Amino acid sequence: MAALCRGRHRWKKINSLHIFTRSLTGKYEYDLVVIGGGSGGLACSKEAAQLGQKVAVLDYVEPSVKGTKWGLGGTCVNVGCIPKKLMHQAALLGTAVKDAKKYGWQISEPVSHDWATMAEGVQNHVRSLNWGHRVQLQDKKVKYLNMKGSLVDEHTVKGLTKAGKEMILTAKNIVIATGGRPKYPTHVPGAMEHGITSDDIFWLKQSPGKTLVIGASYVALECAGFLTGIGLDTTVMVRSIALRGFDQQMAGLVTDYMEAYGTKFAWKCVPRSVDKLSSGALQVTWMDTQTGKEQKDTYDSVLWAVGRAPETKALGLDKVGVQLNNETGKIVVGADESTSVPNIYAFGDISEGRPELTPTAIKAGKLLARRLAGQSAELMNYDNVPTTVFTPLEYGCVGLSEEEAERRHGTDAIEVYHAFYKPLEFTVAERDASQCYIKVVCERRGDQKILGLHFTGPNAGEVTQGFAMSFQCGATYSHLLQTVGIHPTCAEELIKLNITKRSGLDATVTGC
Amino acid sequence: LTKFIMFSFWKYEYDLVVIGGGSGGLACSKEAAQLGQKVAVLDYVEPSVKGTKWGLGGTCVNVGCIPKKLMHQAALLGTAVKDAKKYGWQISEPVSHDWATMAEGVQNHVRSLNWGHRVQLQDKKVKYLNMKGSLVDEHTVKGLTKAGKEMILTAKNIVIATGGRPKYPTHVPGAMEHGITNVALECAGFLTGIGLDTTVMVRSIALRGFDQQMAGLVTDYMEAYGTKFAWKCVPRSVDKLSSGALQVTWMDTQTGKEQKDTYDSVLWAVGRAPETKALGLDKVGVQLNNETGKIVVGADESTSVPNIYAFGDISEGRPELTPTAIKAGKLLARRLAGQSAELMNYDNVPTTVFTPLEYGCVGLSEEEAERRHGTDAIEVYHAFYKPLEFTVAERDASQCYIKVVCERRGDQKILGLHFTGPNAGEVTQGFAMSFQCGATYSHLLQTVGIHPTCAEELIKLNITKRSGLDATVTGC
Repeated sequence: MAALCRGRHRWKKINSLHIFTRSLTGKYEYDLVVIGGGSGGLACSKEAAQLGQKVAVLDYVEPSVKGTKWGLGGTCVNVGCIPKKLMHQAALLGTAVKDAKKYGWQISEPVSHDWATMAEGVQNHVRSLNWGHRVQLQDKKVKYLNMKGSLVDEHTVKGLTKAGKEMILTAKNIVIATGGRPKYPTHVPGAMEHGITSDDIFWLKQSPGKTLVIGASYVALECAGFLTGIGLDTTVMVRSIALRGFDQQMAGLVTDYMEAYGTKFAWKCVPRSVDKLSSGALQVTWMDTQTGKEQKDTYDSVLWAVGRAPETKALGLDKVGVQLNNETGKIVVGADESTSVPNIYAFGDISEGRPELTPTAIKAGKLLARRLAGQSAELMNYDNVPTTVFTPLEYGCVGLSEEEAERRHGTDAIEVYHAFYKPLEFTVAERDASQCYIKVVCERRGDQKILGLHFTGPNAGEVTQGFAMSFQCGATYSHLLQTVGIHPTCAEELIKLNITKRSGLDATVTGC
Repeated sequence: LTKFIMFSFWKYEYDLVVIGGGSGGLACSKEAAQLGQKVAVLDYVEPSVKGTKWGLGGTCVNVGCIPKKLMHQAALLGTAVKDAKKYGWQISEPVSHDWATMAEGVQNHVRSLNWGHRVQLQDKKVKYLNMKGSLVDEHTVKGLTKAGKEMILTAKNIVIATGGRPKYPTHVPGAMEHGITNVALECAGFLTGIGLDTTVMVRSIALRGFDQQMAGLVTDYMEAYGTKFAWKCVPRSVDKLSSGALQVTWMDTQTGKEQKDTYDSVLWAVGRAPETKALGLDKVGVQLNNETGKIVVGADESTSVPNIYAFGDISEGRPELTPTAIKAGKLLARRLAGQSAELMNYDNVPTTVFTPLEYGCVGLSEEEAERRHGTDAIEVYHAFYKPLEFTVAERDASQCYIKVVCERRGDQKILGLHFTGPNAGEVTQGFAMSFQCGATYSHLLQTVGIHPTCAEELIKLNITKRSGLDATVTGC
C-alpha cells in the first residue's frame, strides 16, 4: 500500500478511495459545494449553512488580461455595482459643487479632480467588503476556499490554488455561480494588448485620461458617464443602438443628457484597430458606417464594454454533461435553477435567460438553498425585477418597455401616461431638465393594470424601488391616482401622471 | 337689492367662488373651471408682523414647501462639498456661504411660480382677484382691496381655503411657546447647514404626532450635525439690547434655573393658526372647532352651512399638507360640478420631514399601531443601514434606520413604514402607493431590490424588534 501511495499518482488513488468510500456509505463530505463567491454564491452558501447544511464555497479570480485581481465578493463588490456607484457619486458630487455656488457657497472655480484620491477611497471600501464577506462566511460556518473550482463528476469538485495545489471535495449538491467576465473583441488588432475593461477601470492607480469607451451597454454608459463627470475627455463609440433591451425612448433621453453633459458620442462607428504610438498614446482607427469613411484619433485609454461572457471554460461542464446554450454559452437552467445534471444547479449571471443583477442572484441563491435543504418549495420569481442605470441622468424602470408592451398587447390595448418634469433642485441651480421624464405603460381597459414604469431623473433607484413593490401588489393606474404625493419630490410626479401619449397634449408639468 | 335680484332670477354671478389662492384653492378653482364652471378665486396676503408679503400661490409656494426645500438643498450642498473632497475633488477649505446669493435664487424662483400661477388661472379662465374675501351671506362674498375698494360676488357655492399662519406666543414678552413642529426642525436644520450658529428650544417633545423613535433619530442626527438643543426649556422674554442683538431669557424646567443668551434672530415655530378671523364666519353660521379654531367639516368638505365648503389647512382634522389640499380641492370641484361622487381619502397619506437627516413615513407610528392593535398583534421589522455614499465620505450613519410595522398574523398587512436617510421623500413615495394596493410583509419580501440604493434595504427587512437580534445590515 505504501508503495502505491507515492508521487503523482497519489491523488488518483485517494480519489478512488473517496468514491469507493462514498459508494459504501453514501456519504459526501459536504451537503453543498458552491463554485463562485459572488453575490449569488455567497448568499446561497450562507443561507444553506444557516439551515444546518455543511457548505463549502470556492472563489477564485483569474486575473484580467491587464493583470487586475481582487478579493472575495464577486463582480458586484469588486468590479461592478459598488465601485461603479461610488465613482458615479464622485461625478455627481462634481455637479453638486457647481450647483452649490448658485445656492450661495463660495467656491473658487475651476475645481479639479484627483483620480488617485477617489480610487484609494473606493478601493479601500471594496477591500473592507472583501474582509466583511470573509468574516461572515466564518461566522456562518461556511468553508471558504480560495481555489479555482471545476467539476470532476456529478458529486465531485476539484479545487486548484494559484500555486497548483489540488483539493477534492465531494458534495450531495453542487451549485455553479461563477458569473461572467467582460468580453474583448476578437477581430480588432490591438484590442486586447492595449485596451482595458470594467475589470480594470476601478483598480487603476492613475487616471485613465482621455478615454474611448467602446460599447453601448449600461456598463459602457455608466463608465463614460462618471469619467466625463470627473472631468476627463470621454467618447463613447456605438455600433448600432444604446441600451439594447431597454425602452428605447428612455435610452435616448439618457444619451441625450450625456451628450449635453459633455460626453462625446461616435454613433454607428465600428473600431478597426488599436495601435500604441511611440508617445505611449493609443491610436484607434474606426469605420463610420454612416459616411463609409475611416477615422482615427488618439486616446490615453481604450475601455472595451462590448458585453460579458459566462465563466464556463475551465469548469469541466462538458465532461459532466451540463448543457450550455449554443449562442450565449450560458448554462441552461430550469425554473428551479436545475441543470441537465440532476444534482447540479446554476444561477446568477452564469445561467441562461436570467437578469444579470445582484439582487436576483442573491434572492435566487437563498431560495435555492432553502429548496436544497428541503425547507421550501418556493421558486424564484424573475418577473417585474426593477433596475436602475446609473448614468449621469439616472434611469430607473420596472416591468415592460413601451415597445414590449405594444408587442405583447397591441398599441390599441395599452395606454401610456407621461410627463416631462423639473426637479425643484434644478431651478436655483439653473440646470437643464429637458430629459427628466416619466412614463407609465398601462392596460387601456378595466382596472388599467400597470405593465411598465420608467423614470429618468436624480435618485432614480430610490424613486423606483417602492413602485416596484406596488407591482407585486398588482398595481393599477387607479392605485396610482389614489396615492397622495409627498411634496416637494420628483417621485410625486409619478402619482400625478394624467396626460396620455394618445391625447397628443403637452406633457410638461406646470405649477406647484 | 342684490338679494332681491338673486331671489328673483335664481342666478348667481359665479358657480363657484373660492376664498384663498393657495395649493388647495388654486387646484379647486382650476378643476372647476375645466369642468365648465364659472369660477373666481380671491387671494390676499395680510403682511406678517414684520411686514413680509408675497404673491399668488399660498403658503407652500411662498413661505412653505418650496423655499424650505430649496434652502434645505443649499444646506445639503454644503455637506456635498465636504464629501466631494473625499471623492477626489480639490476644494480649498473652509467654504463659506453667502445668504444673499441663496435668498435671491430662492426668491426669484418663488416669484416665477407666482407668475406661473397667474398665467395658469388666465389660461383656465378662472377670475383672479387680489382681494381679501369675507362672507356676507351664504351666497355672497365681499372682496376688499388693499386700497379699501370693495367688490361683491354672488356664488352658488363658496369654498374656503384660506389656510393658516404661524402663531406668535402670547404670554412671553416678545412671544409665547408651545413645543416643536417639523417647521422648527427643518428651519434649524438648514440654518445649521449653511454655517449659522443655531439653537432649537424645545418645551417638551420633538415632532409631536410623529413616531417618537424616529423623531429621536432625527434630532440625534441634528445634534451630531451641529445644531444645539435646549431641551425642556421655556422662553420667558425677549429683549432688544442696545447693540441690536436679542437677549432671550428662559427657564430650564429640568434644573429650575433661569438662563439667558443673545441671538441675532429669534424664529418662532410654535404652531400655526387657521386664517378665520376676518372671514365673517360667525355671521353666516359656519361652525368652528372650539379648541383649534378650524372649520368643522364633513367627509365631503361641507361646513355647517349647506353650500359653503372648506378644506386644506383651514379645516379641522385634516393633514396640513399641500398634496392632500390639492387632491381634496380637485375632488370637491368635481362633486360640485356634479361630475363625481368620489370623496377624498385621508388615510395613509405619506409625508417627509426635510431635516438634515430626512424622515419619510406613511401609515401608523409604532405607538399608534400598538394603541390600536395591541403590542402582541403587531410585528416590527427594522434595520440600521449605511448609505453606500457615506462610506468613502466617512460619514456617520448611526441614525439611518428603517422600520415597517405590520400585523403579526395572516398576510401581515403593513400598517406603517418609516425611513430616515438621504432622499427620504423619493424613497417613501412608491411605498406609499403600495399601501393603496394593500401591501403586506410578503409583498415586501417578494420584491427584488435595486442595487445599490438605500430604498432596497426596505425590501430586505427581516429582523424583528421582538427577536432582540442586532438589526445592523451587513455585507453586500
